[in-house]
Amino acid sequence: MISKNKGETVSIVLDGKEVEVPAGINLVDAAALFKKEIPHYCYHPQLSVAGNCRMCLIEMGTPMRDRGTGEPVLNEDGIQKIGWVPKPVIGCATTVSPGMHVKTISDKVTDCREGIMEFLLVNHPLDCPICDQAGECRLQEFATDYGRGYSRYVERKNVKPKRTRLGPRVTLDDERCILCSRCIRFSQEVAKDDVLGFVDRGSYSTLACFPGRELENNYSLNTVDICPVGALTSTDFRFKMRVWFLKEAPSICTESSAGCNILVSSREGEIHRITPKRNDEINDSWMTDSGRVLYKQVRSDDRLLKPQIRQEETTLEEAISSAVQTLKGKKLAVVGSCNSTLEEFYLLNRLTKAVKAKKYLRGHFGEDDGILLSADRTPNLRGSLLSGFSSVYPKDNLSKLYNDLKKGTVDTLLVLNEDLLSSGVEAESLMGVPVVYMGTHAHATSEIAEVTIPTLTSFEKRGTFVNRSFFAQGFAQAVPGPAGLLPDTHILCKLLTGLDEECKLSPDLSLIWKNLSSPPKSPFKGMTFTDALRGSLKIDGSKWDELPFVEKKALHFESPSKIAQNS
Amino acid sequence: MLKKFLKNKPEEIGEEVLKSGMRGRGGAGFPTGMKWKFLDRKSGKPIYLICNADESEPGTFKDRQIIHKDPHQLIEGMMLSAFAIQAKQAFIYIRAEFFEGAKILERAIAEAKEKGFCGENILGSGYSCDLVVHRGAGAYICGEETGLIESLEGKRPNPRIKPPYFPAVLGLYQCPTIVNNVETLCNVKHIMEMGGEEFSKIGKPNNTGTRIWCVSGQVKNPGYFEFECGDLTLGEMIHDVCGGLLPGRSLQAVIPGGSSAKVLRADERFKGTLKDGTDFDWGIEDIPLDFDGPMAAGTMSGSGGIVVMDNTVDIVEAMANVNAFYAHESCGQCTPCREGSLWMKKITTRMCSGDAREEDADLLLSVANQIEGRTICAFGEAAAWPTQSFVKKFRKDFVKKAKSQKRKKDSMQLI
Repeated sequence: MISKNKGETVSIVLDGKEVEVPAGINLVDAAALFKKEIPHYCYHPQLSVAGNCRMCLIEMGTPMRDRGTGEPVLNEDGIQKIGWVPKPVIGCATTVSPGMHVKTISDKVTDCREGIMEFLLVNHPLDCPICDQAGECRLQEFATDYGRGYSRYVERKNVKPKRTRLGPRVTLDDERCILCSRCIRFSQEVAKDDVLGFVDRGSYSTLACFPGRELENNYSLNTVDICPVGALTSTDFRFKMRVWFLKEAPSICTESSAGCNILVSSREGEIHRITPKRNDEINDSWMTDSGRVLYKQVRSDDRLLKPQIRQEETTLEEAISSAVQTLKGKKLAVVGSCNSTLEEFYLLNRLTKAVKAKKYLRGHFGEDDGILLSADRTPNLRGSLLSGFSSVYPKDNLSKLYNDLKKGTVDTLLVLNEDLLSSGVEAESLMGVPVVYMGTHAHATSEIAEVTIPTLTSFEKRGTFVNRSFFAQGFAQAVPGPAGLLPDTHILCKLLTGLDEECKLSPDLSLIWKNLSSPPKSPFKGMTFTDALRGSLKIDGSKWDELPFVEKKALHFESPSKIAQNS
Repeated sequence: MLKKFLKNKPEEIGEEVLKSGMRGRGGAGFPTGMKWKFLDRKSGKPIYLICNADESEPGTFKDRQIIHKDPHQLIEGMMLSAFAIQAKQAFIYIRAEFFEGAKILERAIAEAKEKGFCGENILGSGYSCDLVVHRGAGAYICGEETGLIESLEGKRPNPRIKPPYFPAVLGLYQCPTIVNNVETLCNVKHIMEMGGEEFSKIGKPNNTGTRIWCVSGQVKNPGYFEFECGDLTLGEMIHDVCGGLLPGRSLQAVIPGGSSAKVLRADERFKGTLKDGTDFDWGIEDIPLDFDGPMAAGTMSGSGGIVVMDNTVDIVEAMANVNAFYAHESCGQCTPCREGSLWMKKITTRMCSGDAREEDADLLLSVANQIEGRTICAFGEAAAWPTQSFVKKFRKDFVKKAKSQKRKKDSMQLI
């Protein structure tokens, strides 16, 4: 629950200690501010409060007032008496109020937690050894932290459906379900696709889709993430890997300009899944299903792994020097990709300046879903603007390049990651035009390239993307790249040095940021790459308000024209 | 009657009801006038009146009789109450099993509308209130007011969390709503007829008016009987009104207010001080039938369903019956009631099928304690109280059950 009245605080007494907390938050969040855990299953900060798991039962009291007069009731010491509520209250549905007393640890609270844990486990199959959630399961964690450690249950357990297909990507094990209703509320409130519900009654309640419907929206896998137990599992990840072997690294999703914060889980350099990382300014705790499968590109068959000169494998050194020879002293054009990082754009821009090359940029567009998949299907279009590489909106494909090629004003190409032939450039116009291609995957352009230099995917390098709301978000390397390859920034620096011997740019991202933020009117004034890695940096993008950005109103996003109207 | 009051101010009806001291007849016994006072009238949202005719408490069958025998009394009471709270729409939520009752009510409403007693411009007063009968789908939990509201909205009847969803503020469709029992709303008619002051003279202070008691179980003449509150004792009810127990039987236990009330043991003594300061020392047959009497005896008059059990009743079997009901009717929303009620059912069913253990009594009590007071709605208490009281008061029967069953030792390896 995020406080609505910003800045206002109230003072409450938490376990005997007076503390200041933001007004309007609930007790679970208030206690969390002071590193006190109130265990909970059904409560999720970004969903409505259901209050059904009863795990967050605590003791609460408010200062007593006389019913008739409204005067404070004092005890012998002249201190206002506390009227403790006789029944325990649920922390998730109790909003802080001035003078409120809260006990998160007491015999009664302990008894409540032990009772609830015992109840939750009586009909639970306890199949942890074969459960995908094991290791990141709230039921396991809280059973260890707050349970009795033994069970008094000797009756027959309820039998419910196993491995039910809820949709193309989600599989349900009903016996493990603790009926917290998080997934139902998520589908209703965030995905706006009300397909889930409970059928049957009491302990026999079962999660199910409405007849004839499936959980198939593009956000269905978020239900797996928020499921506190192993009931909802990802069909893709199911039985693939024990989660405790996975190393989690934060990164940024490259699917669209929404710039979702993600966690990349890998084991020994191989990515096994991608899950969203909470960021209340960008993506809350959600991401699209389509963004989660992007990791499969890392080890796909068409991945470029070896540098090539005229389709012959070679070393990286030779490929780069051959590229320098190809590019030198020609009527060069650079085709940039909105998948490049801010730092790569900066270096690319320096390179075009050094050799006076023409600049082209390819954008990719699709449908806006109004939540976290924006119409701009590239992560860093705004980075191209901020770095100075581009000042026009890449709405059209590369037909301008095609015209320039036909006119002969361009006779050599440096292409980053884009396929020219599917972007409005006809193959015959490339006859006799040497192409240097830097990219991650093979396609028609890489196959006709004079020199092909494989680069790294966003999971394998560091950099910064600027999202649709002009938040600059740094990301670090999540997994090592294929052996022998270098990050794009290193290759660009080597090319730059080869083309312009006086240029002594470093591929170090911190130094690039220093250069980015040094001009007096730089939008990055006073910011460093470390800042961008730590959190989302809001950049002033008002300079580009007039550009025809395609994004529509979505989660945490208002289109620039709308912002202008509001102000 | 109706005509006379529709000319007056709506608040006057509320005042009279408050003056009458009438307490709700649904089970909790909360003063009706007070409930109406909590209504949020300033929100600008429409106000709704709902009649709770989802009479599902085992042992209770009073509302059904009112609906069958005198539906117009209810309609008149509802129209007066609707006028008092200025509701433009009123509902009668009737349980699914009362299909005959629903038919009767619909016919009665049609008749009342024809005569102008409800609907548009009631009796030319300019006040309009529509009345609709809504049939439930067969769930005990719909008798819980917020569950009822959810059900009326067309959803699963999962009770709402309070706070913030108090019906008087955020009820039906998030609008202020009053939910009253059938008998309560009928009494409104009588209060207005005789005046709140006069009504309060019936019965005893704080226990005003009459109540319909439903007596079932092993008595000669079970049935429903209307008496002034406190006019007779439990013993008089059983022996004089209902003709006493069957020949040769003796009293073992009585559930005084529907199955969720705590059971009373025939040889118990109840001692203490009443609210008015008088000391009492009652046997089970001395308990006065009103609101405060059973309360003083540690139980409640609830919905007025008196279940009499004589010495032929196997207490554990009775407990199993009650537990089976609550396990079947728990909505499944919140953990303690959902898992606890079924667990208790499984224990008592097992005890009755030859696998009782001596420790089961303690286990039952502990499970019930883990439910009580920790649930979203009062169903948790309703399920826990019978178990708590049965086990506490008849522990010997539970232990005897285990001892009498000649089990092999290894049959402890259940399932």
